[in-house]
Amino acid sequence: MIATLAVPILPLPDPNTMNISCRLQNPSHAHIFGTDEYGRDLLARVLVGTRTSLAISLGATILAAFSGTVLGVVSALARSYIDTLLMRSVDLLLTFPPIIVATIVVGLFGGSVVNLVLVLGILQMPAFARLAYGATKVVQGMPFLEAAQAIAVPKMRLLQRYILPNILSPLLVQFSITVGTAMLLESGLSFLGIGVKPPTASLGQIIGRARGYMAMTPSYIIFPSLLLSCLIFSCNLLGDALRDYVDPKLLRAKK
Amino acid sequence: MSGAVYYMTTYLIRRAFVTMGVLYLIATLAFFFPRLLPGDPVLLLLGEAGSTASEEAIIALRQKLGLDKPIAKQYATWLIDIVHGNFGESLFGYGQIQKLLFSRLPNSLELILFSLALACLLAIPSGILAAYFRRSKIDLAVNLLSTVGIAVPVYVLAVILILIFALKLRYFPAGGYIALGSNPIEHFKYLLLPVFTLALNQWALFARMTRSSVLEVLHEGYIQTARAKGLAESKVVMQHALRNALIPIVTLIGLQIGRLLGATVLVESIFNWPGISSLLLESATRRDYPIIQALLVVIGALVCLINCVVDITYGLLDPRIRYD
Repeated sequence: MIATLAVPILPLPDPNTMNISCRLQNPSHAHIFGTDEYGRDLLARVLVGTRTSLAISLGATILAAFSGTVLGVVSALARSYIDTLLMRSVDLLLTFPPIIVATIVVGLFGGSVVNLVLVLGILQMPAFARLAYGATKVVQGMPFLEAAQAIAVPKMRLLQRYILPNILSPLLVQFSITVGTAMLLESGLSFLGIGVKPPTASLGQIIGRARGYMAMTPSYIIFPSLLLSCLIFSCNLLGDALRDYVDPKLLRAKK
Repeated sequence: MSGAVYYMTTYLIRRAFVTMGVLYLIATLAFFFPRLLPGDPVLLLLGEAGSTASEEAIIALRQKLGLDKPIAKQYATWLIDIVHGNFGESLFGYGQIQKLLFSRLPNSLELILFSLALACLLAIPSGILAAYFRRSKIDLAVNLLSTVGIAVPVYVLAVILILIFALKLRYFPAGGYIALGSNPIEHFKYLLLPVFTLALNQWALFARMTRSSVLEVLHEGYIQTARAKGLAESKVVMQHALRNALIPIVTLIGLQIGRLLGATVLVESIFNWPGISSLLLESATRRDYPIIQALLVVIGALVCLINCVVDITYGLLDPRIRYD
């Protein structure tokens, strides 16, 4: 991850420079990861691709977390019919497997970075909405909130100081897991060839293209696959660690 | 009528109504979906030819698609057609959608059911073993493998399997399809790699869930009681622990069937397996709206049906769960 952030200052060959004379090379001293079918340096391509994948999944997750939390909190605090309407529509959205919806939408509208962020963000939103809804409902029943309401704390302040801090920890866990899920979805779409379009590189897209050459140059497909798996793995690990950290029930079970 | 049967019947009737409501909503969604897209659908359908097409061609297409009628009438026709299983025709000459679905749907279901069965067969025993011999080498191995299994994307797994079993060892073909009727042995040869890919992916989740769920149950008082009664250890684990641990596992399996439908998009396209997911991908890139609409309805209905089955299984597993 650190390496990805440092891409602009690393002394790497230009990821888009094509060099037909050294196509599909295996790893060597000049090209640590080898080269792709146009003789581009794979390490540089992979790092740039990781940036794209990270940017899309982070963007989508931020969008999902923000809109989902707002939706969840609002419907928990709102009158019952708005509550029902909002949560039922969320349920309807959950009926379809996310990648199916993403395939349709991205397939029809094309896979620009903005489109991907929007689609993935909206698809991940229900998880946040449900979580925020449930957590807010729990907080609503707490005595301290009643006390705050009794001394007439203004509504905005109630939300800021009393509700949000108390529902934050499960949302944080969800955030880190969602980044992994979004990355998985994005790479899946790019792998199928309906995600980001070349020359923009993304991990899934590199893996998808490498598929055609895997018999000749296995390293071309192995390196990006490994990196992608590690990235998703670290997101999951972070989520698990955060969950252990914030979940008192688990702590008790450990003792 | 005994109490349990009475509860079950009233529950089933109510559930059927709710499911029909959801299905109706999905059908409505599918109807309005292409109409919400910007632009005239007819021009969209004509694609590049749209700008040069003659006025008569546009009107003819509009009439053919029934788009010249009032929207309420279109909607009614759409609903009646669906109930009759009539989804119209492909825009790009791939024939009647109904026939397409009939030829593709069984392939996808075959893939999903086989991989689900394989995943359960592998995951439940390994999860039980890992929980029973906690902190042993078996536990460590199951934990490690399942953590890796969750992180590796299904298509990477597919590629690795192809690389090893199809390209290096040449045991199985790298992709394709042969009808069961024409050559059953070859059919299963083609089926094996995609099924394994999906199953390994699912195995990781199921094994983890089984492990943690059995682990939780093993500390319960009734397990101690069962042991105190002098029951054989295998009976304690299989009948007393597993049965109580199954509820979260069944929930997960139910949820995963929906996910599996999604994962088939990738697996079917990698292995050139002619199922509904690859059909979806093809139609989405081709902008074949009627097929997409039909698939939305079919997939939505499938997911609803699965949810129903899962909910009913709860009651069979745990008689304490009342349907009310």
